[in-house]
Amino acid sequence: MKKSLIALASLSACLTLSAHAQEAITVVNFGGANANAQKVAYYEPIAKEGIKVTAVEYNGEQAKIKAMVDTKNVTWDVVEVESPDVARGCDEGLFEKLDYSRIAPKADLLPSAVSECGVGVFVWSTVMAYNGDKLKTAPTSWADFFDTKKIPGKRGMRKGARYNLEFALLADGVKPADVYKVLATKDGAERAFKKLTELKPSIQWWEAGAQAPQFLVAGDVVLSTVYNGRVDAANREGRNLQIYWPGGIYDLDYWVIPKGTAKKDAAYKFIAYASKPENQAVYAQNIAYGPTNKKALAKLDKKVLDNLPTSDKNAKDSLQFNTTFWADQGEALEKRFAAWATQ
Amino acid sequence: MPMPTSANPPLGDLRAALARAQSRRKWRAFTLTVPLLVFLLLTLLVPIAALLMRAVENPEVAKALPTTVKALATWDRQSQPDAGAYAALVKDLSHLPDTSDAGALARRLNTEAPGARSLIMGAYRALPIEGDAEAVRQQLLDKDPRWAETEFWQAIAKNGSRWTPDYLLASVDLRRDAQGDIARMPEEQRAYGGILLRTFQVSLIITVMCLLLAYPLAYWLSTLPERQANLLMIVVLVPFWTSILVRVAAWIVLLQSEGLINTALIDIGVISKPLELLFNRTGVIISMTHILLPFMILPLYSVMKSVPPTYVRAAVSLGSAPLAAFARVYVPQTLPGVGAGALLVFILSIGYYITPALLGGADDQMLSYYIARYTNVEVNWGMACALGALLLATTMLLYGVYRRLGKTDLALA
Repeated sequence: MKKSLIALASLSACLTLSAHAQEAITVVNFGGANANAQKVAYYEPIAKEGIKVTAVEYNGEQAKIKAMVDTKNVTWDVVEVESPDVARGCDEGLFEKLDYSRIAPKADLLPSAVSECGVGVFVWSTVMAYNGDKLKTAPTSWADFFDTKKIPGKRGMRKGARYNLEFALLADGVKPADVYKVLATKDGAERAFKKLTELKPSIQWWEAGAQAPQFLVAGDVVLSTVYNGRVDAANREGRNLQIYWPGGIYDLDYWVIPKGTAKKDAAYKFIAYASKPENQAVYAQNIAYGPTNKKALAKLDKKVLDNLPTSDKNAKDSLQFNTTFWADQGEALEKRFAAWATQ
Repeated sequence: MPMPTSANPPLGDLRAALARAQSRRKWRAFTLTVPLLVFLLLTLLVPIAALLMRAVENPEVAKALPTTVKALATWDRQSQPDAGAYAALVKDLSHLPDTSDAGALARRLNTEAPGARSLIMGAYRALPIEGDAEAVRQQLLDKDPRWAETEFWQAIAKNGSRWTPDYLLASVDLRRDAQGDIARMPEEQRAYGGILLRTFQVSLIITVMCLLLAYPLAYWLSTLPERQANLLMIVVLVPFWTSILVRVAAWIVLLQSEGLINTALIDIGVISKPLELLFNRTGVIISMTHILLPFMILPLYSVMKSVPPTYVRAAVSLGSAPLAAFARVYVPQTLPGVGAGALLVFILSIGYYITPALLGGADDQMLSYYIARYTNVEVNWGMACALGALLLATTMLLYGVYRRLGKTDLALA
């Protein structure tokens, strides 16, 4: 009797052990250069700690998460989402409320990286960039971006209202600190669209982050708005793309856990692992996006720091993406953008 | 009295037996089609019905704010609502079982009145708010002065019922104003009329291009001997079987400013500056014409195959000029194929999504792009379904017009 109990106990111990050894979770990201950096910094090393990560790429479509949660068939365990969707999904009960004691001390993280349902993954920025090999006169302001006489040629911009309205106001002489105040008024939105209309014939729209550096390299556009990490990735491949930092709009991406996943514990372990300073430092060395754990900065050398949107030099005169504003006004402004594009 | 034997039954019995046998056979045939019927029902009718339902469903406000809706029933929708409405709102919010209902409510109201999301969530987070009606009103106003604006209250009052025409109205640039009367959208918010028109324009151009390219090709194919025709048909069909994404990517390679077409044209000296062929209407039309061409060639070819060549020969031998014979004898006989091909290409292109999304600019996006956007990005499924219903209705209408004009069914073979 006793023997069989021991056998049973050891058997169950074996089972739990092997279950631990084979924990596998699905982590969803935005793909591209960012996914490669995450693979090196997080997905591969965490396998040694007993968590096997299957990486899936998506384009930020919240519909898939909503469908999974609604049908209680959640197959994504950790998802990287953009800031407006963190608050929106949290309000609508799509994500688990996070227990920070299982992730990292809140004091170590950037204040904006801590939210009810999401913890910051990295800081990125939408900036102006140009091809250093092709453009003779470098732009010195956002007004230059809209000035096709001074710098002739096409401009690359993200297809949609987001960022472009902010940049239009900057070009129209609004101070970075006042951009969202102005944009929130009816006249402000009017002013932004009017400024965009001036540039409209010269705009080439991009939709996926990887397109903008391609346009610049190919010479399709002379100036483009672009995610700063994509510029870094292109330069690592031997291009000479230059960034104009002032007026860049920085924002965070967040990890969330879709509500109802069966692998919540492993998901927490993954997020905790990806929030550790040493791992975030590895990430930042592989792509120029800023760590959300403040302690990671000490582990980076000057060359890496200079490229991050969080460095003092680059963050000066940049503005933080206003999540609340876009959560409230986004749908109306995007619809207006669609109407504007038709005209 | 002779008894009827089984070998020689009266006529009535025979008729009944025959009818029985026939109806048995009919039932057997029907049973064979049952799986298909069930399949069609499940995969076609049910989703379409669900889509139409979703386009008019409006449960969020009615479900989350029943007392507020009641309190606003007598409100004139112009002045500020009385304190009772504020108290009812707070009472309703505090009865919500969890955040997700508040989130759904906030999302719904935000589509009507931008800003409502933060307003509702702010009030929900500030709970509990206690005191008499007047005190509650004051606390809400202190929390956010926007509660004094009638716009948000109008949005609540308007959406008190479980069904709404709003999404469908919005899909044709109409809306209900504060009083519930139907009016046009404000100028800068009118989008879908223009987009629908653009969708039709692009589709029409593509249909005409396909017809111009496919007609001579199909004619040539139909005159060739079987073996050669089959060989060439494979050339037509191989791209047809290739993934659309691959073909779109190939067009990007060909059309870009340093792409094959531009460099070739510059090399032979036709142009000095690269043509803008990509990320605009030109790129969309070129690639969609290429992708949809087989849908025009196949029906045309099958109709042309069945036209006896003797008729044209007869017309010519009776003195008609060859071109006139072709136009007056041959072409009319191929019209069913032209109609079927044009209808097929047109209907397929009004629903196209991926090609304009990848090859077009911001002003080349067709209706499907916005359906996808509302489904995936905005997660406003009511609006997505309303736009889908609009697309469905126009397609049906077109088919109706086609049947009227052609007085035939769709003939594909």
